[in-house]
Amino acid sequence: MAFVATAAKKSSIVRGIKRPSTPYLLLLPGLAWLAFFFIYPLINLASTSTQTPTDSGEIGSYVQTFRFANYIDAISGARDQFARSIVYALIATLLALAISYPLAYAIAFKSGKWKNLLLVLVVAPFFTSFLLRTIAWKQILGNEGPVVTVLRWLHILSPQTGLTASAFAVVTGMTYNFLPFMTLPLYASLERIDPRTLEAAGDLYANAITTFRKVTFPLSLPGVVAGTLLTFIPAAGDYINATLLGNPKTKMIGNVIESRFFEIVDYPTAAALSFLLMAAILILVMVYVRRAGTDELV
Amino acid sequence: MPNKESLSQETRSLIKAQISRRGVLAGAGGLGAVGLLAACGTKSSGSAQSDVAVDVSDTEKLARWANWTLYLDYDSDANKYPTLDALKASSGLDITYKEDVDDNNTFYGKVAGQLKLGKDIGYDIVTLTDWMAGRWIRLGYTQAIDEANVPNKVNILPALANVGFDPGRTNSLTWQTGFAGFGWNKEKLPKGVHTLDDLFAPANKGRIEVLSEMRDTMGIIMQYQGVDISGSFTEDQFMNAIDFLEKKISDGFIRQVKGNSYKEDLISGDAIAVIGWSGDVFQLATENNGKFEFAVPESGGTLWSDNMMIPSTSTHKKNAETVMNYYYDPAVAAQVAAYVNYVCPVQGAQAEMEKIDPVLAASPFIFPDDAALSKVKVFAALSPADETKYQSAFQKATGN
Repeated sequence: MAFVATAAKKSSIVRGIKRPSTPYLLLLPGLAWLAFFFIYPLINLASTSTQTPTDSGEIGSYVQTFRFANYIDAISGARDQFARSIVYALIATLLALAISYPLAYAIAFKSGKWKNLLLVLVVAPFFTSFLLRTIAWKQILGNEGPVVTVLRWLHILSPQTGLTASAFAVVTGMTYNFLPFMTLPLYASLERIDPRTLEAAGDLYANAITTFRKVTFPLSLPGVVAGTLLTFIPAAGDYINATLLGNPKTKMIGNVIESRFFEIVDYPTAAALSFLLMAAILILVMVYVRRAGTDELV
Repeated sequence: MPNKESLSQETRSLIKAQISRRGVLAGAGGLGAVGLLAACGTKSSGSAQSDVAVDVSDTEKLARWANWTLYLDYDSDANKYPTLDALKASSGLDITYKEDVDDNNTFYGKVAGQLKLGKDIGYDIVTLTDWMAGRWIRLGYTQAIDEANVPNKVNILPALANVGFDPGRTNSLTWQTGFAGFGWNKEKLPKGVHTLDDLFAPANKGRIEVLSEMRDTMGIIMQYQGVDISGSFTEDQFMNAIDFLEKKISDGFIRQVKGNSYKEDLISGDAIAVIGWSGDVFQLATENNGKFEFAVPESGGTLWSDNMMIPSTSTHKKNAETVMNYYYDPAVAAQVAAYVNYVCPVQGAQAEMEKIDPVLAASPFIFPDDAALSKVKVFAALSPADETKYQSAFQKATGN
């Protein structure tokens, strides 16, 4: 939002000097891009979501009949997976926040000359494919892997039980995969905190905990909000982790959409589910942003 | 089987419906950009399907082939496909071979839009399983094979020469055939897995995987329940098998439902018994000192084939036919079979195999005799409506 504000400010300056049409012309490529790659597919998706099979019943052929009941059918058939997506994404987001906050804090305030190296390490996993990283977790959590071996030795796990193909593995994979999306915004907002505000807190006899609670954390809130959104939104729509690390009982809404689209070739239901997911996320995010009151913070 | 001509008519009307829908949308949207896009779509699809792509084989010495993974003889030391390289050298063709098919449905989902619009899908040969091949032929998405260019076509096994989805094999040619059955880890299960009860033994709980290919997994369960899957079974019979599968999943017997990747889980030990494909398990066994074994279920396994077809959008038909003809040479077919370990569809390959590896030439899983063939069945062709209904039930049962 800060970005939008500056952009607006700049354009008003330009307007003062040059012809008033210039900013609009400059906007044109962006708008055209949006129209082609966002609005058009969205309209197409909306149109698909209310179609029904043709009379011939041929696989993959549908006609527009404006059947809005498709939405009810879609959600009633995938209620469990829908709920699971939200719950898994929520847990993964909270875990990522709990892991990332100390990490980002350490990088921002305590890392000294190691700062750049640590930041590179946070970003480094991005250099390998998302799929490979998830498959790596199959090995880490696998029955012959280090985690299971240690847990079995500690008698936390019985010799017969494993960790892969479980909800635990899915949430772990999601937490790991989206961790950089949480860490980087947190780091950015923590790093921006003026050290003098912390000194001032000390001067006013606030101890470390009070300083964190009353100064550091509130000032890092924009990072928390940005990080949680960047983690939650892709996590809720993710299906790779559930495919590779889950079992048939941990499938998420992304899996249902994928299966509807590719396996059953039921485009309308896939489209309706995509819209429902989009709507659900939009509502959750709006409520969240309202409550967090980030308008002034970001 | 309705003839191809009338079906491409139907396809044409479908395309028209698609165009008019887009036209309406563009008008309603009132967005210039949308109108522009819709216009693009209309123009290119107008000429689609009505006439088949022009063959430029003589000027463009190119053939592009989409196949499944581990499905062509490969020399891992030299990073080469020996038979393919030999063909390139002898024919002067530039052949691009891609392991781009991982799942029939996913591949179809990727290219269906382009096929409908008559736009090049980037392949001159695609290799798809019977039921999906049937769908392509039904929809007019393939070109007829010119027998004059494929004289070796006569070498096809009699059992495969005439199939329901393509009478007389006018539009397809079998690439490989295989069985679905049980694969297991011999160290963990020395007694083996021969029935569905063996597979779902309490000791295997949570370490069993089944195929995401509906016809194979359901075919084996249905035959266990005494249903003839090659005939006209009832919906109730199919749903009974779905109930069985659902129960095994909810009781935690089945770890995952997946395609080729069950192989990795067998190697890692996460799975010890699976419903899998014959060739896969043999390849695994060869690579792991015979640690794994395959068997057709006593109550019956399934038989499927993957078929080479020339997409309607291909502009290198003759080159594609050259490739097909080459792989129907018994000596070449034997070389491929020695690597992939699936059932070889070419007559005379068994004699050629004797020269390469007499053990493989005697394998009932590469050159099955009547006794082996009597234990497997081909899943019956489904009407589009049944296909959708059954596939939905199967997807739902497997958690989707």
